[in-house]
Amino acid sequence: MSLQPNEIEKIAHLARLAISETDKSVYAENLSSILDLVEQMNAVNTADIVPLAHPLNEPQRLRDDVTSETDQRELLQENSPTVEKGLFLVPKVLE
Amino acid sequence: MQWEVVIGLEIHAQLATKSKIFSGASTAYGAEPNTQACAIDLGLPGVLPVLNKEVLRMAVLFGLAINADISRQSVFARKNYFYPDLPKGYQISQMDLPIVKNGSLEIELEDGQTKVIALTRAHLEEDAGKSLHEDFAGMTGIDLNRAGTPLLEIVSEPDMRSAKEAVAFMKKIHSLVQYLGICDGNMQEGSFRCDANVSVRPKGQEKLGTRTELKNINSFRFVEKAINLEVERQIELIEDGGTITQETRLYDADRDETRPMRSKEEANDYRYFPDPDLLPVEVDDAYIEQVRTQLPELPAEKKARFIAELALSSQDAEMLTAQKELADFFESTVEAANGEAKLCANWIMGELVATLNKSGKDISQSNISPERLGGLIQRIKDNTISGKIAKSVFEFLWNEEGTADEIIERKGLKQVTDSGFIEKIIAEVMTNNPEQVEQYRSGKEKVFGFFVGKVMQASQGKANPAQVNQLLKDKLKS
Amino acid sequence: MFEKTIAELINDLTHKTVSSVELTEAFLHRINHSDAEYNSFITVTTEQAMQQARQADQRLARGDGESLTGIPLAHKDIFCTKGIKTTCASKMLDNFIAPYDATVIEKFNQAGAVTLGKTNMDEFAMGSSNETSFYGPVKNPWGKNHVPGGSSGGSAAAVAALLAPGATGTDTGGSIRQPAALCNLTGIKPTYGRVSRWGMIAFASSLDQGGVMTRTAEDAAILLNVMAGFDSKDSTSINQPVDDYRANLNNDLTGLRIGLPKEFFDEKLDNQMASKIQDAIKVYQQAGAEIVDIELPHSALSVPAYYVIAPAECSSNLSRYDGVRFGYRCENPIDLEDLYKRSRGEAFGAEVKRRIMIGTYALSAGYYDAYYLKAQKVRQLISNDFKAAFEKCDVIMGPTTPDTAFELGEKSQDPVTMYLSDIYTIAVNLAGLPAMSIPAGFVNDMPVGLQIIGNYFDESRLLNVAHQYQQITDWHQQTPAGIC
Repeated sequence: MSLQPNEIEKIAHLARLAISETDKSVYAENLSSILDLVEQMNAVNTADIVPLAHPLNEPQRLRDDVTSETDQRELLQENSPTVEKGLFLVPKVLE
Repeated sequence: MQWEVVIGLEIHAQLATKSKIFSGASTAYGAEPNTQACAIDLGLPGVLPVLNKEVLRMAVLFGLAINADISRQSVFARKNYFYPDLPKGYQISQMDLPIVKNGSLEIELEDGQTKVIALTRAHLEEDAGKSLHEDFAGMTGIDLNRAGTPLLEIVSEPDMRSAKEAVAFMKKIHSLVQYLGICDGNMQEGSFRCDANVSVRPKGQEKLGTRTELKNINSFRFVEKAINLEVERQIELIEDGGTITQETRLYDADRDETRPMRSKEEANDYRYFPDPDLLPVEVDDAYIEQVRTQLPELPAEKKARFIAELALSSQDAEMLTAQKELADFFESTVEAANGEAKLCANWIMGELVATLNKSGKDISQSNISPERLGGLIQRIKDNTISGKIAKSVFEFLWNEEGTADEIIERKGLKQVTDSGFIEKIIAEVMTNNPEQVEQYRSGKEKVFGFFVGKVMQASQGKANPAQVNQLLKDKLKS
Repeated sequence: MFEKTIAELINDLTHKTVSSVELTEAFLHRINHSDAEYNSFITVTTEQAMQQARQADQRLARGDGESLTGIPLAHKDIFCTKGIKTTCASKMLDNFIAPYDATVIEKFNQAGAVTLGKTNMDEFAMGSSNETSFYGPVKNPWGKNHVPGGSSGGSAAAVAALLAPGATGTDTGGSIRQPAALCNLTGIKPTYGRVSRWGMIAFASSLDQGGVMTRTAEDAAILLNVMAGFDSKDSTSINQPVDDYRANLNNDLTGLRIGLPKEFFDEKLDNQMASKIQDAIKVYQQAGAEIVDIELPHSALSVPAYYVIAPAECSSNLSRYDGVRFGYRCENPIDLEDLYKRSRGEAFGAEVKRRIMIGTYALSAGYYDAYYLKAQKVRQLISNDFKAAFEKCDVIMGPTTPDTAFELGEKSQDPVTMYLSDIYTIAVNLAGLPAMSIPAGFVNDMPVGLQIIGNYFDESRLLNVAHQYQQITDWHQQTPAGIC
């Protein structure tokens, strides 16, 4: 599989990554060679194989419905780049 | 051309748990911004989700109530997209293996007919936070208190053919989730929300038209208005030679229009995949049966019982069971009144509902308890007061002036059945109105009503009307 | 003192031949004095370490010490440490002070251990050479032109350079075993679900597992006993009692069935490496073990499957770094899109971006079945291979890496070549099995690691097998020239 710079642009947009024009072709080359590696998987027929999402063959554990968390806003917002009146601020969102 | 409207609904019901679906933060509404958003809700590095037991029970309960299949294994998946109110950059939801599949629910149409609406699925997911657009110097503020609140997304088949049917279905689900005690149904607070998928096609055509998704329709009235607006828009567009674009549209109640949502402009590629932080959710038959025992009497069953056991009309039973609290109020009233279901139904749907509406209250805020209303109905039934006096007693009850008996006693409203007393009044009225007596006796029977009025007036409404009628007829003849 | 094992240091502290303050000061001094050569630490927590050491000495004086009271350790900077910068070696988290401790850190704190600092690593644990760190590459104490391996390269270099007697690491595709091999250390990656992932910053959630790097198997057993265990905060944590890992260290190996997969000894393995591994296996045979030939027919597909699954999970796990609630935020974003794209574009390094993009692509509409689903099916095949193999043997052995430590910059321009340095370790993560790497000699003066893979929750046996080897050989006691 060979990816073109315009495809890199599409992927980078989905992943919300700013990629410079010059880097696009580098990534196109890198990612294409990774995909070549990945496509070695096609050597094996997996038609009847059940996909394995997780190494553990266990069911999900459940927690009781209790309110165990207290207000930690001050602590948790110490790492926040922009906060006002307890709200995280971002550039204006248009709906 | 004749057009057919096709509507499917996606309803989001917030599940009435104490804590969030994957964290121990409170779900209480109305807290200060971000004070109920813990590290997990904020998606801080290194945090992990653990599923709330109650959420699963509620989803299974709902599934059983709509006769759906309960998945023995369901899987949480990540729906990936970037949005500031979505802290992790993905929403934990269910995609390929939802907890509930293939249910159905009957709705009543305006003409009294019923129609079965199929439910494709109901799945569990986490809610997002809220964006606040008040001006922070041109910025948007993000409150993540709601992030991680459990949602049951209920998806119908495109089985509805009019806005009215859509509203009927939405009301039915709204009533059901409250009956089940899994959602408070509060639409102002966003606990119960609805998106509608709307398309039109020429009548008789099988292929579905291109649909649009209407968002942000948070009242029954808006659902109807928004759908009708959208249907009109689509038909007009097609008839003018245009084509419908599949898109998400926002209903703007202030402007009474729908318009494309800017934030959803691009076609999304959500890249769903199983959430590796969570394992498959497994339920067995024993669990399902145990949840089944928790099923309350559902609206349809209650309605049938009201008709069969309490001899209510289908229409009365439908109205009374539409809301669980109303049905409960009714049943308590019947109990307090020692029966008299029809009379109780009339008083509740008549005086009580009118008074509640006038004061902007709902049934849970009624000034009159079922016990007191039942007390009033008993006094009507045993002829202690007349229907007319009962209306004033009702007013006193509403003003919380005591029980019906206390009010009747204190205000001397007891109906007079002493025929000697009534005869005395009749004699006085006849003496004072010889002209009318003459008219009656000469065959003008219309003046009979005049005498009834005068007698009732003289007795301050307390005379038993039936007795008054009988005695008057006797006296006027002789 | 610096060459002593943790077991020995525990003994010294208990018998008060040294105090925790003395020990901690000595290690801190050594770090300050010589870490500039290795760059193995991102943060040195001097004050906290001294405070913990003083408290440890008080406990020791009262005689109520826990298993690790007073023992200084280093932690990979992927574990959240409350009140201390936790960076994951990324510009993205350069200013991130964790508001909580990872469960692993909490357990070490409860056991009385002293935290010397946070070690360097590949950015978000994505790398096999420790060259992707925002804080610069780590140098291998065995050859400073060489990489220490990755992603837990800082932990490996710190222990190898005797800057700490032991360190934590995480292993998603070999990130504990490969640096352990390249730095002559004992490293163990436990069964998936054995060590809590709470507070351990996620790279690929279904593969990540915490573990330790030490100089002996006995030390690894001591640390793993503290680290392992059920955690209700992690849905993938297993509620199963933890063995006493030291209890079986001295078991005899007679009759041990060692499986040798032919796929681990093919042409990809350097000849000199192969002979070192064969020598190690001979030692086991002399100790009474039997050799069983086994097959892992799909192991060649482990790297391809891994480079779909790990990037897919990472592309989603790293979406939370968006410049909104924490972490790096670009200057003056013009709009929301700009905020996202520049914050992420400026703060993630090239390797992280590559993997996010590969993962995004593999999950995107039209490619999911061909890449992600296919990889999950291959994962099933690989897991089944191991299940079949463990019918015939008790442990599986082979090389940890195809070669000894490569030179800095040698593979950093070619991601695929870099990825192939993990060909022997990755399958284990896909299956979720426990595995170790232990020192097995040198090729051209650079360390060679022997990999031992165990069945699920068979850590106790792995440690026994490793410990017995270390009773016979002294490779693990070798230290790099010129470090003291």
